[in-house]
Amino acid sequence: MSIEEKQNFQASHNFDNIEYPDGEKELQSLIKKFYKSGVPIELIGSGSKRKIGKPLQCTTTLCLSKLNGIIEYLPEELYIKVKACTSIKKIQEELKKNNQHLAFEPIDFGYLLRGKSDYGTVAGYVSCNISGPRRFKVGSARDHVLGFKGVNGKGEIIKSGGTVVKNVTGYDLSKLVCGSYGTLVALTEITLKVLPLYEESKTLIIHNQRIESATNFLDKATNSSSDISGATFFPIDSKVIGYTTNLEKTFKLNDLKHKGSLTAIRIEGSKNSIGERIKNLIDELKIINLDISILEKNQSEIFWNKVKNLEFFFNSNNSILRIVIPPSENAKLIYQLSDNFKYFLDWGGALVWVEAYELSEQMFESIRKKVVKLGGYITMIKNSDYLPYVEDVFTINKARFNISQNIKKSFDPKRILNPDKMYTGI
Amino acid sequence: MPKIDRKLLMKKNEVIKDLKKIIKNENVLDHEDQIRPFETDGLSAYKQKPFVVVFPENTEEVSNILSYCNRKRIKVVPRGAGTGLSGGALPLEDSVLLCLGKFNQIIEIDYKNRCVVVQPGVTNLSITHAVQDEGFYYAPDPSSQIACSIGGNIAENSGGVHSLKYGTTTNNILGVEVVFMDGTISRLGGKTFDSEGYDLLGLITGSEGLLCVITEATVKILKKPQTVKAALIGFSTIEDGGNCVSDIIAGGIIPSGMEMMDKALIHATDNFVKAGYPRDAEAMLIVELDGTEIEVKELIENVSNIAKKNKSTSIKISKNEKQRLKFWAGRKAAFPACGDMSPDYYCMDGTIPRGKLAEVLKEIKRLSQKYDLPVANAFHAGDGNLHPLIMYNANEKNSLEKTEKFGADILKYCVKVGGVLTGEHGVGVEKRELMCEMFNNNDIEQQVKIKKALDPSSLLNPGKVYPILRKCAEEGRVHVHRGKTKFPGIPQF
Repeated sequence: MSIEEKQNFQASHNFDNIEYPDGEKELQSLIKKFYKSGVPIELIGSGSKRKIGKPLQCTTTLCLSKLNGIIEYLPEELYIKVKACTSIKKIQEELKKNNQHLAFEPIDFGYLLRGKSDYGTVAGYVSCNISGPRRFKVGSARDHVLGFKGVNGKGEIIKSGGTVVKNVTGYDLSKLVCGSYGTLVALTEITLKVLPLYEESKTLIIHNQRIESATNFLDKATNSSSDISGATFFPIDSKVIGYTTNLEKTFKLNDLKHKGSLTAIRIEGSKNSIGERIKNLIDELKIINLDISILEKNQSEIFWNKVKNLEFFFNSNNSILRIVIPPSENAKLIYQLSDNFKYFLDWGGALVWVEAYELSEQMFESIRKKVVKLGGYITMIKNSDYLPYVEDVFTINKARFNISQNIKKSFDPKRILNPDKMYTGI
Repeated sequence: MPKIDRKLLMKKNEVIKDLKKIIKNENVLDHEDQIRPFETDGLSAYKQKPFVVVFPENTEEVSNILSYCNRKRIKVVPRGAGTGLSGGALPLEDSVLLCLGKFNQIIEIDYKNRCVVVQPGVTNLSITHAVQDEGFYYAPDPSSQIACSIGGNIAENSGGVHSLKYGTTTNNILGVEVVFMDGTISRLGGKTFDSEGYDLLGLITGSEGLLCVITEATVKILKKPQTVKAALIGFSTIEDGGNCVSDIIAGGIIPSGMEMMDKALIHATDNFVKAGYPRDAEAMLIVELDGTEIEVKELIENVSNIAKKNKSTSIKISKNEKQRLKFWAGRKAAFPACGDMSPDYYCMDGTIPRGKLAEVLKEIKRLSQKYDLPVANAFHAGDGNLHPLIMYNANEKNSLEKTEKFGADILKYCVKVGGVLTGEHGVGVEKRELMCEMFNNNDIEQQVKIKKALDPSSLLNPGKVYPILRKCAEEGRVHVHRGKTKFPGIPQF
């Protein structure tokens, strides 16, 4: 990063005091220093997902952007080892050269949080552990991290895992680090599992269905042996202002034969098998007489990129909520949502993305209660001007909070790494 | 093992009396004849009787037992089906052995959410049996799946032959109910994907019974693929077989299973189950492919072409389901087949990068000559998990010590080439002292701190996984005087 870039970065993110360690050793000595003085610090990579979680009250920020670069990429061993703040985009480009990819489909939160594409760094992504539409088939980011190295809150360099898939040597700390929002370690190296790219991708779209039949299709498709890799539903809701226009604007694709609500099912695999699987699926879902469209590879990829990157909520100034729920409960939840909410289903119905207009903290807590009762959890992904702050961004119960607090202490006894980012007191 | 609490042993009767107040009398076993069957697990070279065995019947009883033991500072060793191969359920002389054998019910089958809720004592295979009529199955399939319990699978993060495509236990469970050492009952995860906050479910999976006791599990089930076929491919050298494995992966194919056996094991297993293996081959691959009919046909063709390019000497494709299962029967009988050849065998479990297979097998051959002990090799080639089976005779003086040294040398070599000490069997007591080969002081100290965070008095399954005082510093602390360690020649952490 040049001096000018640094200045721009600092200006756009509003930092009081920011340091850019050159490498692991410098990072270690800085954290040791902060541990000694007990000064809390904010850790960031590129800042692309900084708005997720609670705002921090730290006066000092450590930007780890200089820890970037590919350390080792062995396509035939199906892994890539990188410095923690290597950009996701760079990794994806490198993998593509060998027809491989990160199967958990990293979400580009830039469209939602910054108004433009910004994938951010692998450390940021791992720290949030939020995965794209293929999650229900291949797992999330946590299932693809094979190992890591990092600096804990005492300034000790620690590692866990390795470069192989099957490894039960010691506790699996990679899982703990995934989704810990930088509260346990400052990551310095990450090894990710990579997989071959699919030769072909097509999407079967069923038009104009109501939620009841859509969830039935999602349910049957995810339970079929057609091995689907994406299953989403975008309803049409005339009650929400701009909903229809927004849907049509987001998915302007030539292969779409009809307007209105969409149930979309993705099939990926070898060219020869795709046709057979789509035919099987049409039979299994009994949809031969319904309005359907098939998106060919190029349009299918565009469609799922838009779904993944939450472009449906592009430029939204409202609260964006992420609700993960047992698939059988999604319709029940949606019936209970107010008319002021816009939503779509992903992960075959196990994930509900919601844009809520004029959401108050009281309403948010009331939705949380409903979600928890149905066996799920809710996260505030983006605050609105109407509700710029909520106390509990994430969901947790007392027993898990106590355990988490003890875990936090074992990594970061003085609570200097991103304190309170997830929960007050952690 | 940790220091024995002699005072506690003297209070045995008192403890038994207390335990009988917590659970039914008949569920507390303390007579010599009653506890003898529990003196070992799948690693039968190690034996130790606990001072009492308890069989709680529900979560509340587990919680009460743990909370009592925590108050009285009594060590507890949890045990599932006792099939583990690293001594993870080996009792301690002064421990209560907590058996989950009575937790054997399938609580709920939920097809709508594609999951099954089970008690931890339910066997791995019975989950598949419960859902197979609807065309579903539970993916992780350790070879002991007929007997091993799901609670043990979670504690060890068990794998199996289909891990490359479908993952290990950690990728196939959604939630658990657990009890911590202080008696706290907690639910981690549920029927949803992932969970918020720290991934405690991910942490306890593979924690070898050191952090909590599992009392319920929610596992993911998958729809069976439409078509499954297996290919038996013979090679005249191990190198050709190894190269073929690498080329299949590099060719963008992820088989649902890819196993390799060396000549010794081909003969042993073929003698045992008459699987129709190529007996003239030096190495043999079983490659299983699944998907739709067209897809599998295409994949079989691609794999056959790659095999031919790598000088395969024979290729046999399963014609029907019966033949496919026959192909697997040999591989799954690798252990008993070895038992047929030798009075005793010792199974190792390292993972290596696939590309290092030929190099590692060459080293194993060299070590086999050095130690003068025959070895047969089974290898989950798809995910790099190697199982050398060292054959020995326990009646010969010092033969177990010699075998263990041989095994340790193999594992050290696995680490040297970029692999790990254990792929799916766990560290247990068996590989505890080898942890220093892979991890340094800080790494182990961090893990020990996590243990302390959840079990401050280190009462749950102590003496497992982490090195103890004799070779390494206890709990990560070591006094260094003027920069000199006391035993510089001995590896520490």
